[in-house]
Amino acid sequence: MFGKLSWSAIPIDQPIPMIASGVVALVILGVLAWVVLAGHLPYLWREWITSVDHKRIGVMYTLLAMVMLLRGFSDALMMRSQQAVAFQSQGYLPPEHYNQIFSAHGTIMIFFVAMPFVIGLMNLVVPLQLGVRDVAFPTLNSVGFWLTATGALLVNISLVVGEFARTGWLPYPPLSELTYSPGVGVDYYLWALQISGVGTLVAGINLVTTVLKLRTRGMTYLRMPMFCWTTLASNLLIVAAFPILTATLAMLILDRYFGFHFFTNEAGGNVMMFMNLIWAWGHPEVYILVLPAFGIFSEVVSTFSGKPLFGYRSMVLATMAICVISFMVWLHHFFTMGAGPTVNAIFGIASMIIAVPTGVKIYNWLFTMYGGRIRFDTPMLWAIGFMVTFILGGLTGVLVAVPPADFLLHNSLFLVAHFHNVIIGGVLFGAFAGYAYWFPKAFGFRLHEGLGKAAFWCWLIGFYVAFMPLYAVGFLGMTRRMQHYDVPEWRPWLLIAAAGAVIILIGIVFQIMQLVVSIRHREELRDRTGDPWDGRSLEWATASPPPVFNFAIPPDVTGEDAYWSLKVHAKQQSLGKREPDYKDIEMPRNSPTGFVCAFFATIMGFALIWHIWWMVAAGAIGAFTTFVAFAWRDHDEYVISANEVARIDRANVEERRAMTSLAEA
Amino acid sequence: MSDQISEQHRIDLAPGDEGEGGVGLRVLGYVTGLGLALLLTATSFFIAGTDLVWQPSIPVAIIVLAIAQMGVHLVFFLHLTTGPDNTNNVMALAFGMLIVFLVIGGSLWIMANLNQNMVPMDQIMQMQR
Repeated sequence: MFGKLSWSAIPIDQPIPMIASGVVALVILGVLAWVVLAGHLPYLWREWITSVDHKRIGVMYTLLAMVMLLRGFSDALMMRSQQAVAFQSQGYLPPEHYNQIFSAHGTIMIFFVAMPFVIGLMNLVVPLQLGVRDVAFPTLNSVGFWLTATGALLVNISLVVGEFARTGWLPYPPLSELTYSPGVGVDYYLWALQISGVGTLVAGINLVTTVLKLRTRGMTYLRMPMFCWTTLASNLLIVAAFPILTATLAMLILDRYFGFHFFTNEAGGNVMMFMNLIWAWGHPEVYILVLPAFGIFSEVVSTFSGKPLFGYRSMVLATMAICVISFMVWLHHFFTMGAGPTVNAIFGIASMIIAVPTGVKIYNWLFTMYGGRIRFDTPMLWAIGFMVTFILGGLTGVLVAVPPADFLLHNSLFLVAHFHNVIIGGVLFGAFAGYAYWFPKAFGFRLHEGLGKAAFWCWLIGFYVAFMPLYAVGFLGMTRRMQHYDVPEWRPWLLIAAAGAVIILIGIVFQIMQLVVSIRHREELRDRTGDPWDGRSLEWATASPPPVFNFAIPPDVTGEDAYWSLKVHAKQQSLGKREPDYKDIEMPRNSPTGFVCAFFATIMGFALIWHIWWMVAAGAIGAFTTFVAFAWRDHDEYVISANEVARIDRANVEERRAMTSLAEA
Repeated sequence: MSDQISEQHRIDLAPGDEGEGGVGLRVLGYVTGLGLALLLTATSFFIAGTDLVWQPSIPVAIIVLAIAQMGVHLVFFLHLTTGPDNTNNVMALAFGMLIVFLVIGGSLWIMANLNQNMVPMDQIMQMQR
């Protein structure tokens, strides 16, 4: 009846996961109880859960990422503290638990923190920057988000029911095959990623279509803000690369569920093919994450330097070059697998070449700052911290791109330090810069500056203290994923690294405090103009938070830095006082399709993990029925009358006028 | 210039979307496509079994027919044209083909090279026994 599921699946004998999951369950139940008792449920259902508004979905993606960041970071703290104490002893985490922790840490940080964070920011900002009312497929957007949430939920369920994979964040066979991982851990990993992978693919298709097909009048390709370009490149990579991941994991599923032999040791299977295929997705994935971050930095650097982006066209070219070259370097993840010198050399050279367009971008940001009047607000601090940190990570990257060097450094903590250097210093700093930069746009009030700066300094210093020692200890020969060790020379470095993790923890505490304090003081931090940073692109041309239709009148674009030229124009000719001709606006109706689909997908995923076949059928039928019901809907749009549009827009224009006349007086 | 571009992008068609042209014309297009597709399929089956052509040329002929088949599908069923309304579709096809070429070609090359350099897997298992 319940497949492999029984009471023994709940690890009652292991205090750490039980206490952790108990606390998480209490928090979730508490929040749910508060929502229901305070009567917020109808509001949440109407305005958020069923919302197809790209801004709301973007916010929910970002929220998911930030919650999962806490989970992933607590895994990191446990690993650092384990390695700090496990010198010539077993430490406090048994090996099978420690292995689950590093696997969960990597999986969560990439798939459920970095991905939803960048997709959330793209969702929130790109339609606004393009001057349009929504993404190309609003309901599909909601489906994509909820499927991602399903994946995150499954990973968290594994904490309480059963176990998570012990194979690392990429389940390398033969370890991940049924023979060596007979438990449900790898299955949790596989189904969580398959389901959320569908969500990511859907988001990618949606954003590519949005950038290619929905741009306001005059928004030609070469007038798009840089963030739209990097969004396009990143989502092209999603569309091209995620099917490879899905196919590879599907082959592993066939191996585990139906006794196939794609990656087994026996019967003609080839484990090397798994490394090859997973990295054919895995390397583009790195650029899927970092390209949007590059876009955010381009926006931030240009805004806070008060200058147009230096070398806009070279930036576009560099972005698209990275987009293509990122598909030509994947072998550098397995130089040591045994390919010949020709293959290794060619992929090594390609890996060094991809540093060139990245270098072009760094110089462009530097020249954008040169001669500018730089304001050091929190987003700009993240951008500068990124530039310094990312160059360091890029240089160690070029070092490990040299095959002979990689033979020494492969799988050492040097490598771990390198990829954390580029992912934290690049992607995460970018996400935080975007968070601070666009928060006023999303909610209508700024984040507290002082606490934001404190969080930035803790993150920056904590990062260096935590990961520079790992470079050193990697040179001393320490490999990654060690549960305990006996080499006295490594100990001091690991103690310093643990201290670094604590500094980052303080940074995260500051970030939580910043959010709480900002919400409590939202009236003082209110952004009335919709343009708190003196911005240059169209998202700042509308109110904060933007009305559901984004723009009362679709803006007309006449050049790069669309909103900047609008502002200059308006000042010179004191225009913008004439009342525009408001029209009725049609907007897509909210739809519970995404949430219901994800509900059934969760049931199906859980049942697949535990081999409960009747439940798999129920989930699949439910999801398909939802899809059919949505396809047969009669009316999917509602109309906002011209009067209502005029009322909302006039209020915003009044506020803006009041602010500008204050500034002039 | 900018007006021209935005005009183009307004009439840019998704694959499968019909522009102008009556129903009869469209049906004729599909029927032509079906006829060509059937012809190419029949030819492939015929060539595979025949001894009318030089034997070693048969695989090459089948590959050529397969590629022609893809072309027929793209033109008659997916309505891929070289017109200005189809720029995005052609670019998407080119990007897709590039990625497929890189990933499949690269994988074949890597794995062949690996097999040359390494003892095959089953032999390693034999040696360990």
